[in-house]
Parts: sequence; C-alpha cells; structure tokens
Amino acid sequence: MIHSLFLINCSGDIFLEKHWKSVVSQSVCDYFFEAQEKAIDVENVPPVISTPHHYLISIYRDKIFFVSVIQSEVPPLFVIEFLHRVADTFQDYFGECSETAIKDNVVIVYELLEEMLDNGFPLATESNILKELIKPPTILRSVVNSITGSSNVGDTLPTGQLSNIPWRRAGVKYTNNEAYFDVVEEIDAIIDKSGSTVFAEIQGVIDSCIKLSGMPDLSLSFMNPRLLDDVSFHPCIRFKRWESERVLSFIPPDGNFRLISYRVSSQNLVAIPVYVKHMISFKENSSSGRFDVTIGPKQNMGKTVESVVMTVHMPKAVLNMNLTATQGSYTFDPVTKVLTWDVGKITPQKLPNLKGLVNLQSGAPKPEENPSLNIQFKIQQLAISGLKVNRLDMYGEKYKPFKGVKYITKAGKFQVRT
Amino acid sequence: MLSLPPVQKLLRQLPAGPAKPPVGGDTAEEVTSPVLATEAGQPACYSALQVDELRLLAGPKPAVATSTGPSLRHDDLKEMLDSNKDSLKLEAMKRIVAMIARGKNASDLFPAVVKNVACKNIEVKKLVYVYLVRYAEEQQDLALLSISTFQRGLKDPNQLIRASALRVLSSIRVPIIVPIMMLAIKEAASDMSPYVRKTAAHAIPKLYSLDSDQKDQLIEVIEKLLADKTTLVAGSVVMAFEEVCPERIDLIHKNYRKLCNLLIDVEEWGQVVIINMLTRYARTQFLSPNQNESLLEESAEKAFYGSEEEDTKEPKAEAASLAKRKPYVMDPDHRLLLRNTKPLLQSRNAAVVMAVAQLYFHLAPKAEVGVIAKALVRLLRSHSEVQYVVLQNVATMSIKRRGMFEPYLKSFYIRSTDPTQIKILKLEVLTNLANETNISTILREFQTYIRSMDKDFVAATIQAIGRCATNIGKVRDTCLNGLVQLLSNRDELVVAESVVVIKKLLQMQPAQHSEIIKHMAKLTDNIQVPMARASILWLIGEYCEHVPKIAPDVLRKMAKSFTNEEDIVKLQVINLAAKLYLTNSKQSKLLTQYVLNLAKYDQNYDIRDRARFIRQLIVPTEKSGALNKYAKKLFLAQKPAPILESSFKDRDHFQLGSLSHLLNAKAVGYQELPDWPDEAPDPSVRNVEVPEWTKCTSREKRKEKAEKPFYSDSDGESGPTESADSAVPHAEPESVSEESGSSSSSSSSSGSEEEEEEEEEGSGEQSEDKEEEEKRPKRKDKEGSRKAAMGSAGRYPLGKRGAPAEPLPALITPPPPQPIPSSSIISTSLVTDLEGLTLTDTSLTPALLSPAFGAVRTYELLHRMAGEGLSVEYCFSRRPFPGDPHMVAVHIQISNNTDAEVKSLRVSEPKLLSGMRIQEFPEIERLAPGDTANVVMGIDFCDSTQAANFQLCTHTRHFYVSIQPPVGELMAPVFMSENEFKKEQGKLTGMSEITEKLTLPEKCRSDHAIVQQVTSAANVGRVPCGADNEYRFAAKTMTSGSLVLITLEQREGAVAQLTVNSEKMVIGTMLVKDIIQALAQ
Repeated sequence: MIHSLFLINCSGDIFLEKHWKSVVSQSVCDYFFEAQEKAIDVENVPPVISTPHHYLISIYRDKIFFVSVIQSEVPPLFVIEFLHRVADTFQDYFGECSETAIKDNVVIVYELLEEMLDNGFPLATESNILKELIKPPTILRSVVNSITGSSNVGDTLPTGQLSNIPWRRAGVKYTNNEAYFDVVEEIDAIIDKSGSTVFAEIQGVIDSCIKLSGMPDLSLSFMNPRLLDDVSFHPCIRFKRWESERVLSFIPPDGNFRLISYRVSSQNLVAIPVYVKHMISFKENSSSGRFDVTIGPKQNMGKTVESVVMTVHMPKAVLNMNLTATQGSYTFDPVTKVLTWDVGKITPQKLPNLKGLVNLQSGAPKPEENPSLNIQFKIQQLAISGLKVNRLDMYGEKYKPFKGVKYITKAGKFQVRT
Repeated sequence: MLSLPPVQKLLRQLPAGPAKPPVGGDTAEEVTSPVLATEAGQPACYSALQVDELRLLAGPKPAVATSTGPSLRHDDLKEMLDSNKDSLKLEAMKRIVAMIARGKNASDLFPAVVKNVACKNIEVKKLVYVYLVRYAEEQQDLALLSISTFQRGLKDPNQLIRASALRVLSSIRVPIIVPIMMLAIKEAASDMSPYVRKTAAHAIPKLYSLDSDQKDQLIEVIEKLLADKTTLVAGSVVMAFEEVCPERIDLIHKNYRKLCNLLIDVEEWGQVVIINMLTRYARTQFLSPNQNESLLEESAEKAFYGSEEEDTKEPKAEAASLAKRKPYVMDPDHRLLLRNTKPLLQSRNAAVVMAVAQLYFHLAPKAEVGVIAKALVRLLRSHSEVQYVVLQNVATMSIKRRGMFEPYLKSFYIRSTDPTQIKILKLEVLTNLANETNISTILREFQTYIRSMDKDFVAATIQAIGRCATNIGKVRDTCLNGLVQLLSNRDELVVAESVVVIKKLLQMQPAQHSEIIKHMAKLTDNIQVPMARASILWLIGEYCEHVPKIAPDVLRKMAKSFTNEEDIVKLQVINLAAKLYLTNSKQSKLLTQYVLNLAKYDQNYDIRDRARFIRQLIVPTEKSGALNKYAKKLFLAQKPAPILESSFKDRDHFQLGSLSHLLNAKAVGYQELPDWPDEAPDPSVRNVEVPEWTKCTSREKRKEKAEKPFYSDSDGESGPTESADSAVPHAEPESVSEESGSSSSSSSSSGSEEEEEEEEEGSGEQSEDKEEEEKRPKRKDKEGSRKAAMGSAGRYPLGKRGAPAEPLPALITPPPPQPIPSSSIISTSLVTDLEGLTLTDTSLTPALLSPAFGAVRTYELLHRMAGEGLSVEYCFSRRPFPGDPHMVAVHIQISNNTDAEVKSLRVSEPKLLSGMRIQEFPEIERLAPGDTANVVMGIDFCDSTQAANFQLCTHTRHFYVSIQPPVGELMAPVFMSENEFKKEQGKLTGMSEITEKLTLPEKCRSDHAIVQQVTSAANVGRVPCGADNEYRFAAKTMTSGSLVLITLEQREGAVAQLTVNSEKMVIGTMLVKDIIQALAQ
C-alpha cells in the first residue's frame, strides 16, 4: 500500500526518507515540487498527485510535507489518516513535530516508522503499544543511556498487541491514581454583516489524561447525554453500552488520548458569546479608509470571555494602518497584510474598541470587499453546549482515584463577515 | 559528521588493541581476543556466522579502507561495529540509520553490519534489520548469510521473535530465498500464536510481489488464514487477499458471516480493507435493493402471479425483467453487513467512516443511505486533506442523492480562510444541492462569495451561479440579472467570467434577452479581457438578428481597433463580419471587406487562413463552388446550448472513496465494482457447518495468550473451555457472575446457532429444546463447544453488570432492550417474519441480556390431554411485536403429538374486553405428526391483567383457551438517566407511590441476583444509579405508555424497601406483589 515516505521541509529539502518496499528514487518528489510551485500557497497543494508511475499522497503538518508514494489503488483517506497518525505520534514522542525534532531523533523516528508499517500496511499505530516497543526520549534516559549503553528499545514484549485491549499497556502502576477529563468545545460560526448568525455549530472533544494503575474499567455518564447525537469514539468505548444507556464505558489507554469528539449542530442551541460592531469603509478615489471595530460580550453565562484575539486579512491595496486600541495592542504586518489585535479579557463596563485610519495604495482602486474578521476567544469553566459530566465510576480496581473534569469553550472557526 | 559525537571521540582515545579492525585472515587474533572469548559463551548470537563466513565478511574491507574520503569515515563505523561493546555498535548503527534516513548511500558497510544480525542487544539487532531490509536487494549474496539466523528465529519458543524473524525474512527481497519464505509462511500460518499468523498474512503479499509464480500456493495459505477466527488476523489476511487474488470471491463465502461479525473488533486499518472488499463481494452476491421500487407498483399483479408460459416462450429476454419484478426481499446476509458496519460510522478514523459511507452508498436501500451524511459532514472538521477527499466524495454523492445532504447545507458554507481548493469543492457541493426551495439562500450566500479577494474562487462562484441558473428555471432571470450587474464590476476577471457564463445562458433562450445583448455590446468599449471580448462578439454575431441596429455598429468599432486586438478577438471579429455579411450585406459589405483585408495581412497565419477561407465562402465569385450557396446555413446553423454540468457527474462508477474515484481515472490495481446480478446467486454458499472442536489442543494454546479476551471471543482456536472465561472479563470485581457469564454466553450462542443452522437442523432442534430442563448440563456443554466456532457470538458481554444492554442498533431507531426468549421459540418462520433481525442480532442480544433473564417462563395454553394430542405452550418473548407497538408479543409453540396431521390451525372468535385487541397468527395449514410449529401473536391487553379468551381451531376441533398476562409483561423497558428518573419519580408521588418493606433471602442479596429477579418478574430496564445499595428500573406500559418506576433500596442486612411509582395504581400494586414474590423465591 504505502511504498515510501519522504519528509520535506518548507524550503524543499528532503530531510528524511523511508522505504517499506523497494527503494523509490527521490526524483519522484519532483512532481510534488512542481505541484507545489503551481499551487503558490502551501495549503493549496493537492493532497493527491498522479505521476506516470506512482501516486503521491501528501499532508502538510507543522511546516513539514509528509509525502507518501503509492503504487496501486488504495483509499486516499487511508493514507492521509495514517500520515496524520504518524505526525501525531511524533508530536507525542518529541513534544513537537518539527524538522529539528525529527532530525535530532532520527533513529527513533526510523524505529517508529518501522513498527508502524509493515510492507506498507499499518501494523502498530496505538501510542500505548509503540511506547512499549520504543521508549520516548527523555533527558534522564538519554543521559543514562549514554553512560550505560542501554537502549530506548523495550526488551519486553508488548503485551497489548496480543491482547484484546490493544490500546492499553499492561502492568501500569502509579502512586497517585488520577483521571482527568477536559471537555473542550469550539464554536464554529459565520456571522453575517448585520450580526445575525449564518451558520453555527459546536465542535466538542473530551480529552482525557488517565493515570490509573492496573486495568480500570471506567464509566462516564452525563447529565444530558441527549446533546450528543453525533459522536465519534475512541476504539476503547463500548458502543453498545452507549447506544443503550448513553454511558461511556471503557477501559482507557494509559496517558493522554481523545475519548470522544462530538458535534452539536442545531443552530438555536448554539449561543454566540461575543458580538462585534464594525465599521470598515474605503473611500472612493482617496487613499484612505476608516476602520472601527468594537467587541462585546453576549450570552456568556456569567463567565468572562478571555484571550480575545482578532485577526484580519486586509485587502492587498492596504499599505498601513494607524489605529488606536482602547484595550490590548495591535500589530499590522504590511507584507502579509494581516492585522492582529490582541484584546485580552473583555469587561462589559468598558468595551474594547479599535479604530483609526487605513492607508491605501494611492491610485489603486478601492478594495471590493471588506475583510472578514476572525475572532478567537476562550471561556473557562463553561461548556457552551451545556454538556455536563455527571459522574465517573471505576470498576475493576480497588483504589480510589482522584477525578477531575475541566470545561473550556473556545472559538473555533469563528468568522464575522463585514 | 564533522563534529564528532562524544562516543567517537572516546573511541579515538581507546587503546588500539580491541578496537583494531580485524583484517582478513587473522583468525588467530580474533580467537584470542577477549571479544570472541566472551561471545563464544553465547552461541545463540554468533553461531549463525561460522568462522568462514566471518572471514568472508572481513574480506573486502581493506580494499575499501584505502579508497576515498567518505569510505575512510565509514571505516570508523566499521571499527565500531566490530568492537565488542554494544554501546559502540549501537552508536555506529544509529549513525548508519541516520545516513539511510537522509538518503545517503551506506551500502558499502553491508558486510560489517550483517555480522551483527545475531547481536544480543535488541536495539542493535533492530537497527541491523532496518539496514538489512534496505540494502539486501542490492547485496543479495551477502544477505544470504543472515538467513540462517532468521530460520533459527522462526523456531524460537517466543512468539514475538518468531514473528519478527518472519517479518524480516519476508522483507528481504532476494529471489533466491523464495522457497524458504514459502515454507516459513506456510508454517507460520498454522502457528499457535495469532500474532505470528498475522505476520504470515503480511508476508504473503511480499512474497507475491517477489515471485508471482507462487500464487497458487499462496492462495492456499490465504484460504487457510481466512478461516482464522481472530480479529488480529482478519484485517491482514483480507489485505493479502486483495493483493494476491481479489478475483477469488469464492474464498469469501464461508467466511462472510464471520468477517461481518468480527468487523467491529478488528483494528481500524483492517476494517477499511475488509469493508472495501465486502462491498465488492456484496455487489456480486446480492440483489440490488433499489431495483424495483417503481416496477413493483405498476406490475404488482404480474409480479406475484407471473405466468409461466410467458417465461418459457422468451426466456432470455424476459428472465431479467421478471427477476426484477419479483418482490424484493433483502438477503439476511446483506442486512447483516449493513447492520454490522453501521456503528463504525462513529469511528474516530476518517478512513473507516469513509469506507462505511461508500458501502452504504453502493449497497444500502435508498431510504437508508441517509445515515452516512451526518458522519461525512462530521469529517469536514478534520484536517484539510481529509476535507479535500471527503468533499470530492460528497460531491459525487450529492449528484445522485441530493436529499441526503440537504439538511447539512450550511456545513458547506465557505469561510474566507478555507484554502482555495476546498472552497471550490464546497462550491461544487452547494451547486449540486441547489433546488427550487433552497436556491434563494444559496444565491444569497453566493453573493457574499463574489466579493471575495480570492479571484479564482470568484470565477468559480460565477460559474456555479451559471449552473444554478441552467438547472433551476425559476431563478434563471434572477441569476442573469445578477450576472449582468457583475458586468459593471471593477475587476476585469469577474466581468470576463460573467460574460462567458452569460453567453452560455443566453444561448438557451436568446430571443427574450436582446436587452442584455445590447448591454453587452456596450461593454466592448470598456472590457479588455480577450476571452470576454471574444464572447461578446460571438454573441452579437450569433444573434445579430435580434440586435439588427447595433451589430453593424459594433463591427465598425471593432474594425477600427482590429489591429490592436488579441488573436482570439480578431477571429471573432472575422466571424462577426461574416455573419453580418450574410444577414445584412447592404450595411456591412464594405466593413466586411475591410476587415478581411486587414486580416489578410495579419501576422498570425491562423487569422490569415481564416480570412481567406471565409472570403471564399461568403463572397460569391465565379470560381467559388457550391459551398457558397450554403454559407448561411454553415454559419448561422442552430447551435446546441452548452450543458453546464458537474464534473463529478457519473464519477460513481468508480467505487467511492477509492483513489481512482478521486483521480477520475483507473488507478493501477483498481478492482471494478461489479454491477448487481440479475439473479441472486445461491445464498447457501455462505452457510457454515459447525465443526466439533476437540479439547485436546486447546490447553497448550491458551498458555500463549497474554490476556483473556475482552470485547470479543476472538480466540476461536482456544476451544470449548474458553467459552466460560471469555464472557467474564478480568475487570469483573466480584466473582458472582462467573456462573451467569457462562450461562449467558451459552444461551446466546444457542440462540444464534439455532438460526445459523436452521437449514441443517430444522425441527430436530426443537425437540431437543423441549428436553432442555432435564438435559441442561449436557446442553451447556454442547453449546460451549459451538460457541467456539461462532466467532464473536459472545462479544460485548456487558449486560453482566446487571443493566440490560441493548442489541445491535436496528436500522432506524434503537429499540428498547428486549429480552429474548430462549431458543425454543425462535422458529424458522419467525426468523423470516422478522426479516431484519437475523443471525447475529439474535446471537448478540441474549448475550447482553440473559444474565437478567435466566429462563423464560412458559405457560400452558392447552394441555396435551385436553387438546387430544395437541399441546400448546406460550411465553412472553419481550420482543416488540412487529407492526403494533402497543401489542405484547406472545410466542406460541404448538406441538402435534397425535399421529394424524392437524390441518388449518388458527385463532377464531376472540372474546375480549372492550379495548383489547388481538393480532392472530397466520393460519398454519398443516402440522405433521410429531412436528412443532412456532408462531407469534400480538395482544393488546389494554394495560389490564384480564385474560384474552379465544378459540384455537383445527380442521376438526375447537378449543377454548385464554392467555392471562402477568403484570410484569404489560410493559416495555425505557431508557432514562438517573436525573430523569428522579424527576419523573418526583411527579409520581402520593397515590401513585406504593412502598413495601421486604426481607431479602440469603441467596438474593447480590447485585446480580436482585437485578435478575426483578427483570425476570417484569419487563423493565435498569436505570443507572449512583448509590451502591439502590436499584432502579423503569418501564412504560404497553398501551397507554405511562411510566412505571421501580426503586429497590437495600437497607442494612436483608431488609429492603421496594417503591413503585406509577399512574396506574392497579399495575403498581400488582407489580409490587410480583416483585416481592420473585425476590422471596
């Protein structure tokens, strides 16, 4: 299935290659570079490229292109999903999935790739299994290893791979047994010029950090499970139990993982926590325009809206901007034409406002379109959909674990059209 | 490389002795060196390489060492590899691997590296493997030296070493070892460890790509592995099947049901492969579920009683159409596939979701395809590459099944931050979804897009508007007006694109739009984009009759600027001139001559040619031939309007989700999705005989297993003894359910087995069941053994916790938990009645519920004596009665113990209280002596425990019988959360609450026993409860749907308090009595 993998950085250097079958020459990447040139923007490189003898399927993650070479029919999503899993694994192992991290740990990367794919077919992709096979690097371990000459490769057999709970490693032991759940909800919305919502939905995930000894069997129940009608599950969750009782029952993997992700889409359910008043205009036949934006809180359930950042891609004709912010600070990059306004916390008493003049290129026609405003924000201790965890029960082990749930709401793809 | 790592520095400082490179021939030194002295003690490591071999390996080295710089540096590595310290070897291997990773050639190190193949250090060994797999192909002779190590590894007692040896051995692409590989694969395919068998499956395509002559032998191995019952192997072997012999669909028959049942427990990547393969399989084996939706209505009569004569007269032609006309009944196996894949729509893996989506798209009845839309829309939140692929597929689907995505229209709205390729795909989907009702919303949205800064996207939007206008007549004028307005846009690209689209639209109805043509004529003064100018000129020329006054004027203007125009514009000017000359020669004769003269001397030869050609055609001269007469016809012929259609139309002849579909071209190795067959192939090929498993082999195999199976009893090979454990996960805190677990699993398998084997066993089974009570132990034993063969029959044994879990989701809404009667009442006729609920449905449900439902009480309806040999028993199956939710389903088993045939057995003259209703079972035409029939009837008891009286008639006799329901059967379980329960309970206090104290007997104090007793006394569902000593259950009465809430609070010791809350006080009181009685037993 997957023949080879090339990692390419932004400047077009192939800094890692791995072949699972016969070696494919690096020159195959030329087709990719060609497509990349044509696309101008990195985001627009087509994920699937057909070349005379191969097909290239690529993803772009953290400024690295993962280009895989395929020789015959395979579902493209299969490859894409796998490449993302590879990138996730790197992230998990090295804390970041950057070129330097990969280069510094090239041997571990190679060992990982070797375990993850056999003859082009995925073999072990569960982080728990991989970590048993190949231990992630830590400073302490690398010091110890360089002295004792021991290795990062586990010499015990990964039991998980053989069991029916392949996602959990065996023999986990902690002195403090803890289970944390982060309910993170992101609001995706398009707000139109007049302030009404064109489209809004909530994308939620429950990320878990489980540090429990032994083989705990958890069940997590919600106060209002009916909210969750469009959910995708980690493989550990017992689907039947959810269908019948709306309880998440599972034996968790060890460590961090995403338990479920869900979507709440009916529009009237989605509360929009901020509003934006905007006045952006460019004058005809003059080289200036006006810019005036105010952000205010709305439907925030008594919580403060924090870490508000607004980014605007200004039209090309904009040369510079002279603005004054009543709160926070703004920057305008005249090269990329991106205006960023870091607002911070919104206090309802004094609404943050940013206004001033826009300098346009003289002679250029006035921009057709007003730019859309992309807003980011955070609200702590609130799940905007109203989802609430009811209780967490643990079976199978005797000890009393420490349990914690955190709620947070963020802006996802939150766009205000002007 | 330039800055030496510390270890290498260290190496430099080392005394020359041990690190000295062994030179060819100095074996004496090697023997005396401490390195070999220690190694000799561990033959496992070095015995693979004989001394001769070592010498051979060392041989080429001096030659290399004297060569160029980089090789000199490699010399350090060689030194390190030859050292006796693992840390040095490791360091060297790490550097070599880093070289490989960067694509640098490290092949000259091969001899030095391959020596270490048997190194003790596991990391060194692994890195050597990496190296070996990379370079073995280039250095085949030397690679052979490592083979013996792997061959020994294949016999290692440790399964992981066996597996990894096979993995590396099969990855070395050296043709000479093909026979060794073949042997190793065959051996590994019957290995005890499923992990080794999985590796064997992986090795199959490797060998096949190395030597395709081995195909026949490999197919044998595949066939063997396909029969494997572990989830671990399933995905890998299907992958091998797809690569080696995808055309051998016959190998799948026997494994089809098993694969369907295992599917949910297979790892994600295997799921994708299996689902794709099963899609193809289903297309060859089942009938199209959508074939006769319309046909059925028009020729229903014919379909049912189609005359045979007709058939025989024109057999060939009629056969196909007649087959279509037969009423369609979905093959239960087809249903099984659809049902078992559906939960996977909720997988976190986009590839799995897509695979299920394409399966539903290609296989499901139209009405059911809709379920995939939600899941696909969910994927749109994922990475942009995933979005790209999903949108491509959605675009194809949305052409065929527009309605499916309509509710999610807004999810395809475009954000300014989307990459252009995503924007354009979303636009495509939006355009496909446009219809009369939503077009105004879509157009409003398009208006926003037109102002975007991304000009490619704007151009695409204008084209999309054009397509909406052609497809939806209602908005054509609106669109046209909008586009005309765009003509005054400042951006030329936008104007140009609009002109092109308007041109296409006008071609459809030019007469009504001469105004627009005039408007566009004016544009020629301003617009500069050549394509747009050319389009305008073409329009004016084509429809010059509609604008007779303006056309010559435009030509005049264009003649003036002719020399400065682009080539495509010049060509259109000539065109316009020619057309005008033909229609209005008086005004335009001179202008045309002028233009043609200009063109005659143009720099571009195309234009010169065109000018000459046209002059000859239109201007009559003595030389010009017959063509001249037809000039007008040639130029002003009716031209068909261009059809604006999606580029995704008809792409669905490629299997969706495939690479070929994405590229819209057949990729290498693509397997065509076959058309549905006209006649269904024999479904019995999928029937599996159940082999009897013997106990002898199971013991040792179990030792291998690291874990007891949890979600599925996937270790089929572990034999009968396994069935008890498999239902009891290690997570179980108390040992209570050990017993029940096993009984649950056995009864579950019996339920499913029954149906699976219905063809084979038929009535024999039922007589066996009648003796169930006496033969319990024997039966259990037998079923245990069957279970092993059943694959996943006992999976998800969750209900054990007391709460009745649910059966597999039915197609539309999940039914409330339905206890299942013991096997005795599932008759063959019932199975066909409940068309959708086949095989595993029944096999799974009991597994979930039986702990709460030990044995179904059967009641006697007609005793053998009273019935003159006819005996009738009934029980409450707790299944929903198909067709009427208010009816209680009563399963009736009629046995004919007479020695004559009983004919036309039916229900008649029901005497019922007002409001009660009865749904009789279909008349049984004949019942042979000794035979037993099972039927279901539905009775609406109207929430009362009054008996339903009716007559049971045969062809000779009438028997008066009555069915009186226990109060517990008048309800059906409902699902609710603890909070809802409390809320509802709060509403039902006072008169509606009945409380009773009771003492629990000794044996009835455990969770399990209580839950079981309560659920057997009444058809209720358990409500999750926080407190340890409290049990809650909820149900609704069948007819009125009023809630019945049961709370059992266990106080100190044996004292407990039972509370029942229900509007129906009579039911509440009786229920309290019944439950207390059940608990006291």
